[in-house]
Formats: sequence, structure tokens, C-alpha cells
Amino acid sequence: MIKFFLMVNKQGQTRLSRYYEHVEINKRTMLEAEVIKNCLSRSKDQCSFIEYKDFKLVYRQYAALFVVVGINETENEMAVYELIHNFVEVLDKYFSRVIMFNLDRVHIILDEMVLNGCIVETNRNRILAPLSVLDKVAES
Amino acid sequence: MALKMVKGSIDRMFDKNLQDLVRGIRNHKEDEAKYISQCIDEIKQELKQDNIAVKANAVCKLTYLQMLGYDISWAAFNIIEVMSASKFTFKRIGYLAASQCFHEGTDVIMLTTNQIRKDLSSPNQYDTGVALTGLSCFVTPDLARDLANDIMTLMSHTKPYIRKKAVLIMYKVFLKYPESLRPAFPRLKEKLEDPDPGVQSAAVNVICELARRNPKNYLSLAPLFFKLMTSSTNNWVLIKIIKLFGALTPLEPRLGKKLIEPLTNLIHSTSAMSLLYECVNTVIAVLISLSSGMPNHSASIQLCVQKLRILIEDSDQNLKYLGLLAMSKILKTHPKSVQSHKDLILQCLDDKDESIRLRALDLLYGMVSKKNLMEIVKKLMIHVDKAEGTTYRDELLTKIIDICSQSNYQYITNFEWYISILVELTRLEGTRHGHLIAAQMLDVAIRVKAIRKFAVSQMAMLLDNAHLIASNTQRNGICEVLYAAAWICGEFSEHLEEANQTLEAMLRPKVTTLPGHIQAVYVQNMVKLYASLLQQKEQSGEKEAAQEITQLMIERLPQFVQSADLEVQERASCILQLIKYIQKLQIKEVPVAEEVIALFAGELNPVAPKAQKKVPVPEGLDLDAWINEPPSDSESEDEKPKTIFHDEEQRHSRHRQPEIDEEELARRREARKQEQANNPFYIKSSPSPQKRYQDTPGVEHIPVVQIDLSVPLKVPGMPMSDQYVKLEEERRHKQKLEKDKKKKKQKKEKRGKHHRHNSLHTESEEDIAPAHHVDIITEEMPENALPSDEDDKDPNDPYKALDIDLDKPLADSEKLPVQRHRNVETLKSPDSEAPLVEKKSKKPKKKEKKHKEKERDKGKKKEKEKKKSSKHKKKKHKKEKEEKSKDKKKSKKKSHHSEEETTESVQNGTLDDEPLPPMSSYRLLAENPYIKMTYDIQGNLQNDSQVTVSVIFENKSTSFLKSMELNVLDSLNTKMLRPEGSSVHDGIPVPFQLPPGISNEAQFVFTLQSIVMAQKLKGTLSFIVKNDEGSTHEKLDFKLHFSCASYLITTPCYSDAFAKLLESGDLHMSSIKVDGISISFQHLLAKICFHHHFSVVERVDSCASMYSRSIQGHHVCLLVKKGENSVSIDGKCSDSTLLSNLLDEMKETLSKC
Repeated sequence: MIKFFLMVNKQGQTRLSRYYEHVEINKRTMLEAEVIKNCLSRSKDQCSFIEYKDFKLVYRQYAALFVVVGINETENEMAVYELIHNFVEVLDKYFSRVIMFNLDRVHIILDEMVLNGCIVETNRNRILAPLSVLDKVAES
Repeated sequence: MALKMVKGSIDRMFDKNLQDLVRGIRNHKEDEAKYISQCIDEIKQELKQDNIAVKANAVCKLTYLQMLGYDISWAAFNIIEVMSASKFTFKRIGYLAASQCFHEGTDVIMLTTNQIRKDLSSPNQYDTGVALTGLSCFVTPDLARDLANDIMTLMSHTKPYIRKKAVLIMYKVFLKYPESLRPAFPRLKEKLEDPDPGVQSAAVNVICELARRNPKNYLSLAPLFFKLMTSSTNNWVLIKIIKLFGALTPLEPRLGKKLIEPLTNLIHSTSAMSLLYECVNTVIAVLISLSSGMPNHSASIQLCVQKLRILIEDSDQNLKYLGLLAMSKILKTHPKSVQSHKDLILQCLDDKDESIRLRALDLLYGMVSKKNLMEIVKKLMIHVDKAEGTTYRDELLTKIIDICSQSNYQYITNFEWYISILVELTRLEGTRHGHLIAAQMLDVAIRVKAIRKFAVSQMAMLLDNAHLIASNTQRNGICEVLYAAAWICGEFSEHLEEANQTLEAMLRPKVTTLPGHIQAVYVQNMVKLYASLLQQKEQSGEKEAAQEITQLMIERLPQFVQSADLEVQERASCILQLIKYIQKLQIKEVPVAEEVIALFAGELNPVAPKAQKKVPVPEGLDLDAWINEPPSDSESEDEKPKTIFHDEEQRHSRHRQPEIDEEELARRREARKQEQANNPFYIKSSPSPQKRYQDTPGVEHIPVVQIDLSVPLKVPGMPMSDQYVKLEEERRHKQKLEKDKKKKKQKKEKRGKHHRHNSLHTESEEDIAPAHHVDIITEEMPENALPSDEDDKDPNDPYKALDIDLDKPLADSEKLPVQRHRNVETLKSPDSEAPLVEKKSKKPKKKEKKHKEKERDKGKKKEKEKKKSSKHKKKKHKKEKEEKSKDKKKSKKKSHHSEEETTESVQNGTLDDEPLPPMSSYRLLAENPYIKMTYDIQGNLQNDSQVTVSVIFENKSTSFLKSMELNVLDSLNTKMLRPEGSSVHDGIPVPFQLPPGISNEAQFVFTLQSIVMAQKLKGTLSFIVKNDEGSTHEKLDFKLHFSCASYLITTPCYSDAFAKLLESGDLHMSSIKVDGISISFQHLLAKICFHHHFSVVERVDSCASMYSRSIQGHHVCLLVKKGENSVSIDGKCSDSTLLSNLLDEMKETLSKC
């Protein structure tokens, strides 16, 4: 199961966070700070999995942005590693502009892909279907 | 789209949207906090406006702020408002915010039930989708129970988009409401064969998670999964299925055999690394489950190991890591296959990546054997040197100790080597693990008798060089080893060569800079040293020398007497006095050594860590019985406990009373030995680890494990472990040929010197004989100790509740709750409920306080009550008294919505944190010496002419009450709902019996026509009292009072809707005024909310508007104003009679305040 999904930039600012198990708000900030510290301390020639407390972090770096996923011991690390890339590709396809201003849409994409801590959809077109409906509504 | 709409509206032109907020925060880097608090103020203003677009925009911004770590729980109510917007664009903003910040503790969440139900059944699939997604984040047990049926229906929705989401949400529902699993399971199973691959994958996901926790319940699905695995091409699904099989195979080895072939095929064919990795993992799981029965799978193991080797050799660090991870799983069952790749693993120790090095370390732990231990540890020691000052070095240190000490030092053939390694490790500065090294030193020195001499010499050297180790005590954990060194030198002082020198070292002034607990050990052990020195000198007749030592002690001990540490100070002053006394005797030329040494006679044996726990309770000893009868103080004390304490005192006496006369001590010691031999509570030693639970003949017997031996070899001196490695190699060469005598000691300064070493015995084929004679003393266990290890299962495991047999056919009672029918069901099938109720009746009678939990469906009730009761225990405790008195007041109070709702409604206005007084909605119905009945009435939202009366029956007598039957005299307006076919004169049987002191609750449904007036019904409870003397019939009459408030249902209302309602002009008005009110306004509101089922719409200072609705749809609006000492209530209601009755009831409640 996926426990949380984060996007954090190099300055340590959270750009997206989604928790699949409830974490208190003040603990979230602490967790995010530690997670990014862990990721930043690693070099390119280190593996993308970090054992952290009782779970694992799988992360990928895209320019200044880290996508970090917290998983429990039963999740397949490699699959999550591939999922991150898939997610970023979808974002890349949909957004031409800065993602930040469209946080809610990023959430829609993420919710289509991961639900309840499980990977539900990886097909790019099906992921974007609800968004395109939404965009049509907005235009009209 | 939300933002565009906002922009379009002219008067909203200056509102910030999310984009502005993000930019604004960026532009206010210096005063970000201030800027954000300003934004939050703006947002609060926006939330107050009626325009939903504005609210949605505000909530959208709040969601962003929440992500930055700002608490937005205060806006929970507004979020719900936005969630209930009709436009999807707004609705999803509301749901997004809710899914980010709602959780089980969010109290307003229960207001969302109906909204979510509406969205779930929306014709727009995206409405449904967004509701499902949101629900997955904040589902509570209540929501799960109420919505389980709706979600289950969605699992068969026509659109796969909805089906797949519904299937996944069910997992959370199962967790929160385990009763739903059985009814929903058949449909979930169906979904495994859904035509849509997404739905299929969702079902696989859910079942995989469920099966992982309780695999045995899902074995019957194996054939279906097998079919899926061989037919599916979706890697994501395959990974899940294969993972599922990994959980199932340990239970069914035949399944494993069938799996090997398709899995190996996949391993050969797939190009996806994630799938390959999963296959290897499952093959390993299969092989583990088969390892006992089927030996011939070496081909599969070889394949796995080969593939893993490829992964480990890959330049991709991720694959390398995963390869090592999987390898460690194989290691557990097939260590041989892994050991052949030792080269590769050792190579990984040099990797740049710490995670990889740590994984390699883990593997090494399992790879050591007698043959390669020294070599591996040598390699690790090199890494220790390289890794100075990192946490990785600490990790290495613990691993070295783990590796060496595993399975009772199984792989150590030469303990001198090990001691040298430990001594070498003391050179590490700044490690946190000094205590680990110390513990190992102590353990080895105590348990390996043959090594003591060597250990003592090494420890003496450490003490001598203490200044190196303890140079900067503050940040240096390594000084812990001095604790061990001092103890070993003291306890085994007979092995010391230069005891004088060591004593001198322990008395150095520098010692006083060590931590207190170490100094304490120093002080205690220098006396041991002193005692043995004294004996030596006296025996050899050197009286002068003996007196010199005493003088030295007397001179140096005062520095410890001055210690700030209590323990050190106390010990030092005791010992100082003792030694002064000895000095007096010495001056009189009395020989004292024998008596002094007797202080420390006897040998300490190691005790197994669990020994204390394992002492069986002897027959006839009742631990719960009173030791002394509490009231009587003249009685003599019980014998047994006394002996226990007595015994313990004596054992401690050696530390506590060192100045006691030695003869007396010796005498007592003797007596104690006698006593111990006869005392069944004394923990005796046991003969061997294999048979440690056997009785032993006596205390004197010290159990030892005999290990094959060759001759010991001394290589003292500072770090020399390398030499041992070399020597060990030579030794193994020569072992077969040579036989030898004794070995020489060497001082540490001569470390370069060559040593001869000796060996005995021939080497067996695969085993290497230890380098010298080693006795490992086993740890002591109490006799008759229970061999089993306790099951350390977590009783709070949330998944335990899901351990449910899924193959059993569904019973009628297991249907998911559908709100509409609950009432009727209760009545129709009292029989099916009986067993559940019986279980419940075993619970203590506290129940009556749990007015809050009044679901009509009893089966579900049990579990919830447990939770609530723990939550509210404290509150309840305080409540108890007040409640009882209140019950008697026969006031018109009842509600199943309790204070919780009240406070949350008040949040609309100003928020008071003042604690609310306890309240109970249960009132006394009737009481006699046998039974007490309390009751509560609630309206039924689904049926406009029904109310449910919950009655708690409490057995007050010491007899058994059974065959209870409740009957009422129906009126024209109000009738009890009886099972079909029974006449109006028949009573309804109470579906349980009551043992003495037990209470239980039953519910009865009544139908009504008009609800504008309060009603009273006469009734009778008949029951049979059964006790030793026989059975008697008894009756108890009662009057059931239906107040008007019991027809009201707490309904939240938004201020705009409330205003519209008041403006509409269809409402009748009436007012009351009550004087002499002293309680706070908040309490007052809480009382009205609780007892009269209202909710607060808005509150401004000491004025509040409240709303409620009757089961027949009458609106009731109140305006409550508090003056100095009075309260006035203006009411508006669609029915004037109802209103005036309600106000009368309220007046009565308030006049009691």
C-alpha cells in the first residue's frame, strides 16, 4: 500500500501532498521536512529507495522537484518507481504551464491513478478523461 | 470553472484566487507568516458570504495553505457547505479539501452522511467518483456502516469507472466496519472476473490486501487467481496476484508446487524488472514453504540466485538494492546457495551507497560460518577504520557484535580473538555503542570460563589506559567499556597478574571524571581487588605490604566519598569505614584476609533474560488472594511472601551492608545456600540449553556446555586480532598433525613477537575445532519454566477484526444496514438477535450511560460501544453521580445526538472551550427491588409516524430474571408495533435474560398519528424471578412518557436557509421567559440541544438561533436570548400546538437549571 505521495522542491517546499492514512497536520510538516532532508542528502549514484522508520521511501528527482512516495513493506518498490515516472509523464502531457497554479488538477490526476493507497490506473488517456470533461464544462 | 466564475463577477473582482495566493506568498518571502495570516483573515470574510463560488474559491486556497502546514480544521463546516454545492466544479473543491483535512476525529463529519449518499447516487459519474475518492480518505466507522450498502450497490454500477472506485473503497469500509465483509464478499469475488481490466485489478488489489492479513480465509480463491495469472497480461495486476500467492503458499504447499512452473516461465520471459522482482520474491516464498517437504527444487533456487546476481551486478543502484534485499530472503532457508556469492556481497560493502552497504551487511550476518567468521570480521574491521565518524560506522560496530554473538557464539572458535576484537573496537571514538561492547565483554568473561584469565589481563590493560578511552567523557559513549573492565578485573581478580598496578589504576584521581554509574562499579570492585591482594600478602606473610595497601585505600577513597553521585558516595563511605576497621585489626596483627575475602565469596551465574517471567506459579499459591486480610491487623503474616522478600534481602545484603561482621555473613551465606537448595522459588541452574527445563540436582552444580577444544593461545596486548587470523589459518593447517603443551603469556608491548600455538584433536570434515577449551555456561532458567514463548500478537491490530470466515453462507442477520428498514427488522426477528444480545449482556452495566450510541441494529452496536466507552471513560466517571439524580427528575430530556453535536454547532458562532456538564438522555421508567428500567425515545427519520423506545433493563437482585415480557395499553394515537399475527393485548418478549447485576437494552417501536401533543402510555413488565428457592412471577407497572421533544430530530440548518424559513411567514409564534437562570449560556444551549434535539444555527454573544425538525416535517425555529438572570425563548413553528407544548417542556427543563 502507498502511504503518502509527495512532491517537494529542492528548497524543501511541499508542492503536493496526499496522505492515504491520516497523519496529523503538525506531524505532516515534520515528516515532509525529514523526507526531503533524506532525499537531498543522497547523490545520483545512490539507489532510489530509502528505509525510513517503519516504511520505505521511493523517490525520483526531476530537475529541482522530488517526487517521493512512502510505501509499506508489501509494496513492490520497482513498481512504485515506475509509477512515479508514469505520473510525471501524465503531468507533462497535460500541463503546459506551471503546475503550481493548478494544484487541484494535479490532485485529480493523482486521484485517478492512486486510490486508497492502491495503483488503479496507469493508462494516460483514461487518467485524463475526467479532466477533459471538466475543461469542456469550463469552456462552455 | 471556479476561478473564471469568480473573475466574472464584478463585485468579486478583488478577491484573490489560488494563483494570486501562490504568487503573493512568493513575493512576501520576508514576512510570509504575516502575509498568510492576512490571507486567512480574508478567507474568513469570504467564507461568510453566501455566494458559493466565493466560498469554493476560499476553500480552494485553504487547501493550499493546509498543504503548507496550516491548520484549517476550523473551516470544516464551510468545507461541507462547498461539498454540497450542486455544481461539480465546486463540489470537487469541497471534496478535495475534505479528503485532505478530515479524519476520524473531525466531528462535523457525521453531517456529511446524507450529502455523500446523495452524491454516490448522482446520475453524473464524476459526482459519484469524487465522492468515492473523498470517502476513501475520511471514512469513519459511522460512515462505513451507513454507506456500506450504497457503496456495495455501486460495485455493480454500469460504468466501470465507478465500479473500480467502489471496489477499492470497500477495503476501507471493511477496515472500519468489519461486519460488512461477509455480505459484500460474494460481489467482490464477482469483480475478479469483471470484463473491465481496471475493475479486475481493483478487486485483485483489495483481496490481496485482505489476504495478506488473514490468508487462510482466501485459500478457496486460489484456482480463480491461478486462472487470472496465466491469462492476464497486465503487469500491475500480475504483480498483485503474484504477491497474493506469496501470502497463500505457506498455508497450502500444493499450491506452491503448481506455481513454480508458471513463475519460472515468467522470470525467464519478462522484461519488466518490477515483475521479475515480484516473481523471484514469490518463488522464494514458495520454496520456503516447500523446504520441509520437497527437496528437489534446487533448479529454481539456482535460477533465482542467478537472476539476483545479475541484478546485483547491474550498474543500476536500484536493482542492486532489490537484488540484495531478495537475496537475504533466500539466505534464511538456503544459506548454501547464497554463500557461494560471498565475493559479490563483500564487494557491495565498498559501494558508494550506504543503503546498499547496509543491505550487504544484513546478508553477511547470515553468511558467516566457523570457517569464514574471522575473515569476514577482518573485512568489516577495515571498513570500520575507513568509516570514521559516521552513523554507518556505528552500524558496522553493532553488526560485528551481532555477527559474532549470534546463536550463542556458535561461530566463534577462538574467544581470545573475539576479546581482542572487542578491545580493538574500544578505540572507536564517539560511538554510541560503548554499552554494547561492554555487555559483550561481560557476557563472554562470565560465560566462557576458560577465557577469564585472558579477558582479565586485557581488561586490566584497558583500565591502565583508561585515560585514552575516557579522554573526553562528554561525547564519548565508549567509556562504558570501563564499566565492564572494572567489574571483570574485580570479580575475577584471582586471575590478575599485577593486581597492585590495577588497583592503583582504579584509584587514580582521573577516575572521578567518569560517569557516576561507572565510578560506583569502580568503587565496589576495587574492594574485591583489595580483598584478594590482602589475602595474597597475608598468605606470603608480607604484613607491611598488606598494611601499605590498606593505607593506599584509605588515602584515595575520600575522593569518591566527595562524589556528587549518591551511589558512589554511599558505597565509598561504607567501604572507607570498613577498611578503617580492617586497618585497626591489622595494627593489632589480627589476620583479616579470610574474612574480607568472604565478603565476595560465591560465584555469579548468568541468568536468562526471561527467567523471571518463566518462574511458574507453584501449586497452591494464589497470587490474587489477600496476603493480609485488609481489616484485621492483629493476624500473623502470611508465610509465603515473607520468604520471598527475605530471600531477596539476603541476596542484596552483600552490597547494602558491607560492614556487617564477616562471620555473620559467612554464616548467613551458608544458611542461604541451604535454604536455596530447599526453596522451590529459587532460580536454579539447568544442565544444558537443550534440556534447560530439567531439574538439577543442586545449586552447586554449574551447567556448562562442553565444546571440542584445542589448546588456548595467549596473544595479549593492544589490538591484535589480525594476528589471530593468521594464527588461525596456521592452526587449522597444523591441527591434524600437532599436539602440544602449554603456551606462554606475552605482554602487550611485545606485540610483534611470534607465538607458538598448540592444538589438539583432529578436525572433523566440515567443522573446525575451537582454538581452545571453552565452556559456555548457559544462562539459568527457573526449574519447571514453561517452554513456550508467549505470542506477542498485538491485540489492537485493526486487521484482526477482518479475520472472518468467508465461505460460510450468509445469515439473514448479516445484511448490510439499510437505514429505512432497521426498525422493523428489530422487531421481526428478535430470535436471530438473541445470541448477539446474550454476549452483550455479559458486559458490565455501564451501558446505560452510552446514550449516544443508539443504533437500532444491535449487532453492530457492540463493537462501537467498546470504542466509545474507552474514549469517554473519564467523562463518564465524573458523570455517573449526576446522571443518576437526573434520571429521577423525570424531566423531558432525550436525544441520541449528544453534546458533541452541540459544541460543533456552536462553532458557527464564537467558540467556547468551556467543558459541558454531563448529560444523560435516559430517564427512569420504573423500579422495584428486582429490576430497574430506564428509557429513551428517538424519532425515526425514515418513517414519519414511528419512534423507537430504548429500554435498559438492569437486574438489581441476586436472582436470575427471565421470560421478561413488555406490554403497553395502546391509545388511539399511539400504538406499540407488535409482530405480525399477534393481538393488541399480547406483550412483546424481551429478547434476553438477565443474570444478577447485569443490564441490557431492548428496543420497541411505536407508531403515532399526531405528534403535536405529549403522550403517556401505561404498561406492564412481567418476568420470572429464578433463584435457589424456586421461581416466582413478578410484575412491574410503568408509565411511558412521550414528550414532544422526542418527536424532534436534530437537524443542522444553514443560516441562509434559516433566514428564508423565518421570512416565509408560514410559522406560528410563541414565547416564554424563565427567570433565575444561573448557568452559562453555552451550557444552556447545550442543554436545549441535548434534551430537546435542537441544533445551533448561529450564535452571537448571548443570543442564539436554533433549529429542529419533527419526524413529520414541522420546522421549529428558536431565538434564545440570555439576560442577567433570565432567558427568553421566542419560538416559531409550523404547528402552534406543538410549539406551545415544546416551549412548556423547555420551560420545565430550564427551571431546573
